[in-house]
Amino acid sequence: MEFLLITLLNGVTYGLLLFMLSSGLTLIFSMMGILNFAHASFYMLGAYLAFQVGARLGFWPALLVAPLLVGALGAAVERLGVRKAHRFGHVAELLFTFGLSFLVEELVQLVWGKAAVDYRVPPSLDGAAFTLFRTSFPLYKGFMMAVSLAMLLGLYLAITRTRVGLVIRASLTRPEMVQALGHDVPRVFTLVFGSGAALAALAGVIAGNAYVTEPGMAAAMGPIVFVVVVVGGLGSLGGAFLASLLIGVLQTFMVASDFSVVDLARRLGLGVPDAPALARLSLTQLAPIMPYLLMVAVLIFRPRGLMGARET
Amino acid sequence: MTRAFLAAAALLAAAPASAQIKIAYIDPLTGPFANVGEAGLQHFRMIVDRVNASGGVLGGKKLEMVAIDNKGSPQDSLIAFQSAVDQGIRFITQGNGSGVAGALVDAVNKHNARNPDKTVLYLNYAAVDPDLTNSRCSFWHFRFDANTDQKMQVITKVLAGLPAVKKVYLIGQDYAHGHQVAKAAIEMLKQKRPDIQIVGNDLHPIGKVKDFAPYVSKIQASGADAVITGNWGNDLSLLVKAAKDGGLKAKFYTYYGGGLGTPAAFGAAGADQVVQVTEWHKNVLPSPLEQISNEFTRKTKQDLYYFRILNEIRMLARAIDQAKSTDPRKVALALEGMHLKAETGDVWMRKEDHQIMQPLYVSTFEKVDGKKVKYDVDGTGYGFRTDLVVPAQETVLPTTCKMERP
Amino acid sequence: MSGVPPVLNRRRLLGFGGFLLVIAAAPLVVSHGYALSLFCQIGVMTVFALSYNMLLGQTGLLSFGHAVYFGMGALGTIHALNAVSAGARWFPVTLLPLAGGAAGLLLGLVLGAVTVRRAGTTFAMISLGIGEMVAASSLMFPAVFGGEGGVSGNRVTGQGWFGVTYGPQLQVYYLIAGWAFVATVAMYALTQTPLGRVANAVRDNPERAQFLGYNPQRVRFLMVALGGFFAGIAGGLSALNYEIVTAEALSAHTSGAVLLMAYVGGAGTFYGPILGAAIITVMQVVVAGITKAWPFYFGLFFLVIVLYAPGGVAGVLQLHLRARRAGMLRRLAPAYLAGAGPVALLVGGTVTLVELAYAVVNRVEEGTARLRLPGLVLDSRTAPPWIGAAAAVLVGALLLRVVWKRISGRWAEIHAALAAEGRS
Repeated sequence: MEFLLITLLNGVTYGLLLFMLSSGLTLIFSMMGILNFAHASFYMLGAYLAFQVGARLGFWPALLVAPLLVGALGAAVERLGVRKAHRFGHVAELLFTFGLSFLVEELVQLVWGKAAVDYRVPPSLDGAAFTLFRTSFPLYKGFMMAVSLAMLLGLYLAITRTRVGLVIRASLTRPEMVQALGHDVPRVFTLVFGSGAALAALAGVIAGNAYVTEPGMAAAMGPIVFVVVVVGGLGSLGGAFLASLLIGVLQTFMVASDFSVVDLARRLGLGVPDAPALARLSLTQLAPIMPYLLMVAVLIFRPRGLMGARET
Repeated sequence: MTRAFLAAAALLAAAPASAQIKIAYIDPLTGPFANVGEAGLQHFRMIVDRVNASGGVLGGKKLEMVAIDNKGSPQDSLIAFQSAVDQGIRFITQGNGSGVAGALVDAVNKHNARNPDKTVLYLNYAAVDPDLTNSRCSFWHFRFDANTDQKMQVITKVLAGLPAVKKVYLIGQDYAHGHQVAKAAIEMLKQKRPDIQIVGNDLHPIGKVKDFAPYVSKIQASGADAVITGNWGNDLSLLVKAAKDGGLKAKFYTYYGGGLGTPAAFGAAGADQVVQVTEWHKNVLPSPLEQISNEFTRKTKQDLYYFRILNEIRMLARAIDQAKSTDPRKVALALEGMHLKAETGDVWMRKEDHQIMQPLYVSTFEKVDGKKVKYDVDGTGYGFRTDLVVPAQETVLPTTCKMERP
Repeated sequence: MSGVPPVLNRRRLLGFGGFLLVIAAAPLVVSHGYALSLFCQIGVMTVFALSYNMLLGQTGLLSFGHAVYFGMGALGTIHALNAVSAGARWFPVTLLPLAGGAAGLLLGLVLGAVTVRRAGTTFAMISLGIGEMVAASSLMFPAVFGGEGGVSGNRVTGQGWFGVTYGPQLQVYYLIAGWAFVATVAMYALTQTPLGRVANAVRDNPERAQFLGYNPQRVRFLMVALGGFFAGIAGGLSALNYEIVTAEALSAHTSGAVLLMAYVGGAGTFYGPILGAAIITVMQVVVAGITKAWPFYFGLFFLVIVLYAPGGVAGVLQLHLRARRAGMLRRLAPAYLAGAGPVALLVGGTVTLVELAYAVVNRVEEGTARLRLPGLVLDSRTAPPWIGAAAAVLVGALLLRVVWKRISGRWAEIHAALAAEGRS
């Protein structure tokens, strides 16, 4: 029981973190049609800037300053780069962000070095939130959950209660129509791109010290976030939320289990004398590729994604 | 395009054709492991400078390191090797990655068979795959680091001496090294302490896991008293951090706990938790290693980590002098069975498989106390404290190598 | 339809004849061992980049996972080679890349069936996910992928025919060159078939193609499978060249590299990817040997191409060829000459800035903080080099803006003239 609960909490924490990243990506992707390869780079920049700002001002100001800085940077990237590439179509836009992610990684290595930086959890959040028998649940994980949930609420309110949110919601499903109605879509694009970058950076700020802040963190996170967006369904924030939690919890439970496919078959009373290599792998071993397997399954059985609003 | 290439070729060829003896350093200098490759290079430059300052080899010839980037990949290593051969280099050294080492051993074997007049000698300073000195051993390959089995011999020796340890958990990266560590741990524990129960044996994909918390809860649920892991880099630091967060009390017996940059990443979370096995660490202070280490840190802003690199170059220099030649075959014959009075004790290169034998230290990551832990690592305020010294004789394991000498 | 040129017209014969001549003569001009390995690599990458362009350029499918076919082809070939070496099967080494092609084709048939439902960004995303999945699982099956050390083989099996053992690198070069030529001709021929034409139609307007009775999914599926076949051949050549195949062959890194090659070379033309393969390979090997900042230059170069020359190098070349044919190239000369100075300032300043920055970061010992250029030593710890380089960048950029107006003015004239000519 203790094990189940802790594992569930771990899964939810990870899932919420994934959502912080995928929400921005979904917004950008659905509205502008850009698969923003540099999205995870903003996540990385958030972590590094928080480390830098935090060293001067402390963690709490960094929690605010780093996402704002990265958000401004994201807006600038949209204005100066993405828009320029837009003239040549979606492929050029996408490749622009691809090149940008490459450059950001080099720049980060140049400024902060190739090894991990010592970005620590603030002392006030260090320690255990509660302990169940032998296993303790860290306070910082609880903090991560709180920030993610607060962000989720903020995003929900911004999208449902504001005028810009209305335009954004409309653009999610009918971008051409919104433009035709005379809204300043380019400005909304800049805003969304900047906000998406800021959200990614916020995720970086709270995840950078819980995990490791190093130049490879963007490349490690990027593909998973794309998978979340595909599984959730294009243009659906709800889908992204569901997919994030699903992947977070499922992956955590797979890691925590000890079965292999063969074991499972034997349990069910099937005799499997000579199992192929694939079946002999334990679920733990398969856990990290589970998101991709899930994606392929979704593509085959439900191409729109879990809650996709449209096909393309 | 051809012109661009010619310009580059001219640049490569522009190095003076002096009487220097070049050693090609083939390791990552760009990419994710560049910091480790760069640090290794600094170690080599330092010891080569020292050898040169004390008169060089063959009565005044100087050694020179030529750094060639392999970007951490076996395939690029072959390009780097080709480039070294084209520059007329007869000695190469490499350490990062047994995959790269395996590719290089194959390449050197093939090259030497196809070009008997331009043979190349390969000195391995850190690739620990036991096969390289067993089933895949080669006359042209010498290893200056203790291999996976030797280090496990030491780890299991420590565990065997701790009666409180009843349950051991194995966790590792899902690739050759991780598999070998797990295999060696199971075999040797069974031999030394049949009563110890292996309560878990997990393999996770290398470099893909962001949150080790689920693994830690699993370890916790198993009730393990000790964890053995061959993990390195982020996979180790994340694991240690997650263990601290989850309140896991079991100690981690590691291969690379003190690996360059790793202590910085896990920081205080590793205090009293991380144990490593190495041929030396900064708080083993025989003269004059302490001065050498301090001078190295002052000059390069880095920790001295690879003591074995010092041994490698000193043994190579002596072998060249003994062979009175830089011919790789003669130098290799001189290296076989060579003994060196190193600062940590007697060190020798076993003739049968070209595996070095050296004393090994077991040490724990602890707060600097100015006495047993005089120096910290990576500027963390924590350093390693020696728990046990295992003399070289006790690390000798049998080999299956059938060496073919040309 | 008298406008359709014959299959073997003079320009094509000239083009392929020239290509054949270049690859046959290359090792005779520069036979240094290092150059030969470089040429071999370019040959392999040429086939790979062309196969990629069957998707990107010809069918409009942007893939981030093309390396899986390359890697599977390489693995198929190396396992076949090892079977041949062990005497289990008899097969000439010369034809072994076919095993790679078969592996690539097979994988293309399987993955193609799942991924081609949609084109555009969605396809890109899916290809990325599938690429990651294959790459991530590669370390789990050491029997197939060989683990981190990869699978190695020995291409010298038996006595060989007429002294051709594939021991010497030169023989391997000609093996690769021969295959590269055959594959290139085959891929070109494919563009001339009905399938190649319909693929273009599907790229430009899938709805209209569908109205005309073609099934876009089916066309994409066929192109993905055939692209997989040629990528597999490229992988097979790489396996014979290096005699080792590692998980890196099917990694995201390799997928990114081939995308870079095709795009930088120019996806809009058939020969663009060949240029791209040569340029990127030389940059990877040669520039990486000169400066540690090569990944940075790489990224910058790529961004410049994306933002300013989306047609790639071949696109720029194509423009100038058109102008030359119209006899208007001379009009550009003065403007280009005026542009040379600012460009030199901009590039020189940028390179100096980057190198200074790397000198600062990589300073590990006294003395390495200085940047040594031919005839010039800059100390990165003092301000003047930084200010000088920054000023060069600034002045260069400003001047280029001015000159750019002139250049684009000339181009506008040329385009107008060409258009007028086309009408008359």
